[in-house]
Amino acid sequence: MEKLLQVEKLETQFTKDKQKIKILHGVNFHIHQGEVLGLVGESGSGKSITSLSIMKLFKGTSGEINSGRILFNGDEDLINKSETEMRKIRGKQIAMIFQEPMTSLNPVMKIGEQLLEPIRLHLGLEEKKAKEHAVSILKKVGIPRAEEIMNEFPHQLSGGMRQRIMIAMAISCNPQLLIADEPSTALDVTIQAQILDLMKQLQQKEKMSVLLITHDLGVVAEMCERVVVMYAGRVVEEADVFDLFESPKHPYTKGLIASVPKLGQKKEKLDSIKGNVPNPSELPKGCKFAPRCNDVMPICYEQEPPELNLENARSCSCWLYKEERGGIRV
Amino acid sequence: MLKSYRAKGFFRKGLLTVLQYIIKRIFEMIPILFIVSILIFFFTHLIPGDPARLVAGKDATFEEVATIREELGLDKPIWEQYVTYMGNLFQGDLGTSLKTGLPIMDMFVDRFMPSIYLTLFSMVWALVIGLLIGTLSAVFKNKWPDYLGMVSAVSGISLPGFWLGLILIQIFSVQLGWFPTGGADGWKSYVLPSLTLGAGIMSMLARFTRSSLLETLKADFIRTGRAKGLKESIVIPKHALRNSLIPVVTIAGLQFGFLLGGSVVVETVFSFPGMGRLLIDSISFRDYPVIQAELLLFSIEFIMVNLVVDILYSYLNPKIRYTA
Repeated sequence: MEKLLQVEKLETQFTKDKQKIKILHGVNFHIHQGEVLGLVGESGSGKSITSLSIMKLFKGTSGEINSGRILFNGDEDLINKSETEMRKIRGKQIAMIFQEPMTSLNPVMKIGEQLLEPIRLHLGLEEKKAKEHAVSILKKVGIPRAEEIMNEFPHQLSGGMRQRIMIAMAISCNPQLLIADEPSTALDVTIQAQILDLMKQLQQKEKMSVLLITHDLGVVAEMCERVVVMYAGRVVEEADVFDLFESPKHPYTKGLIASVPKLGQKKEKLDSIKGNVPNPSELPKGCKFAPRCNDVMPICYEQEPPELNLENARSCSCWLYKEERGGIRV
Repeated sequence: MLKSYRAKGFFRKGLLTVLQYIIKRIFEMIPILFIVSILIFFFTHLIPGDPARLVAGKDATFEEVATIREELGLDKPIWEQYVTYMGNLFQGDLGTSLKTGLPIMDMFVDRFMPSIYLTLFSMVWALVIGLLIGTLSAVFKNKWPDYLGMVSAVSGISLPGFWLGLILIQIFSVQLGWFPTGGADGWKSYVLPSLTLGAGIMSMLARFTRSSLLETLKADFIRTGRAKGLKESIVIPKHALRNSLIPVVTIAGLQFGFLLGGSVVVETVFSFPGMGRLLIDSISFRDYPVIQAELLLFSIEFIMVNLVVDILYSYLNPKIRYTA
């Protein structure tokens, strides 16, 4: 399969009180054509910043990309693209859905107006054709009485409906890549399932690649083909979804999987990973997970583990596997 | 009156609802104006001083003053005076001025419209320039346009009207000869007074726009707009500004109401024949009927402005809807 997006050694930093704080420390991963890639990790692990970096959506924040490459469609490096060039990619080739459907739509604009914006902008359709297209997209995402909804305001719709609108807006220009940042987190469970089903179905029909950002491993198991696990601004493990759940390698991944409550299991207390994600401005030396790790070794406190290639095209950054496999990928 | 529920903003709902709503609000004005008229009448009569003596002149005898007082009906109990006053009012008679003896209606005719124009021009300046400065300041936060904008805003609020007015006259009338130094003949004579009158509000609106817009720019839907590939020149005015205008409209409405009361300082500096100066003259002469008529007119204007602001709210926030 061909690679649609290849992120290499991506470093992104923010400036706070004149101090530069690095949030991403050399993130590497790729997405194949037509693949759903899960990006998982706790809050604060850098998932959302990764997605914003791909879109270069830093306006109004102090964020900037330090170094690295974001190859899209072969050899187009998004990092070198100007703002004008990026605007042609945003919404057209790479579209995005956000976590909060309640606040992600403009409250004073009709659904139709908002939906027509990217269609008019990127597809250059004339008024009537654009409207027809918008209605057909709304139908595609399962919105009943689509024509009426076009004239309604966001506050008249439920959260699930609004997220459908967000999806409609995102897929309206047939993007090659859809970045979904926690698309179901803010919804209640039944609606969550509907939205995920819809996304999966659209992804298969449109042969779209999806970067699904989530902290919900249930969603990952349901939706994704491959998974990238992030911790403290780094990729710590990458594997096929079946391999990952069957034999997680990195102690962090093991912890994440263990902390999912299982049906029928009787326990006083749910499993969890002790401690918290470290503050990006006060990262420990060596492996960033070492202070919370159950399998910690002396070397973990000294040196950061390299990314090790393991069997089945998976990789893991952990000293535990250093002996097992020599091949260091830089 | 404001009701927020699941419905369409009424601009989209049709003109009929708007009209019904406006008519309903106008009917609601009646009790308000009734109470206002009582307050105005009794408080005006509490002003110390005797109009009969002022009319009669310094050298008048006690008897002469008493005769005049009787002629003016000021010897009757105050509630009786009120009833007579209201009776005349309902017949469209605002009364006559104690000072000039002219019908008040005639006195207002020459002064009312110039005052209204002056206020409108001031508001146009304030809104256009204030919103522009506020928007640029927010967009270029902590960069030079922001500093420049906020420094001019602080100056606009701090500079006293009489001083700003004199400076403008000195530069644009005396030195450059572009505008007249005073009066109310033609649009040119409105430029400097309206600029002077609008400066303070302009600055206030610039600051409110800036802070409100900065808040809106943090919103998720702004990021959505940018993620669609929209230009900043669309994101800012179309998505951000409209969502930031509610506090701005509130302030603008209040200030507009105050401006309608006329500005004594600006009218004096520019020898402008407006309502503000008439009011001051009437107060110093204890010209009760003129004071009452002016205050009543201001109250009506103020209520009308509030109505317009309420209607604008529903345009700015579709969640707000009015029930007729």
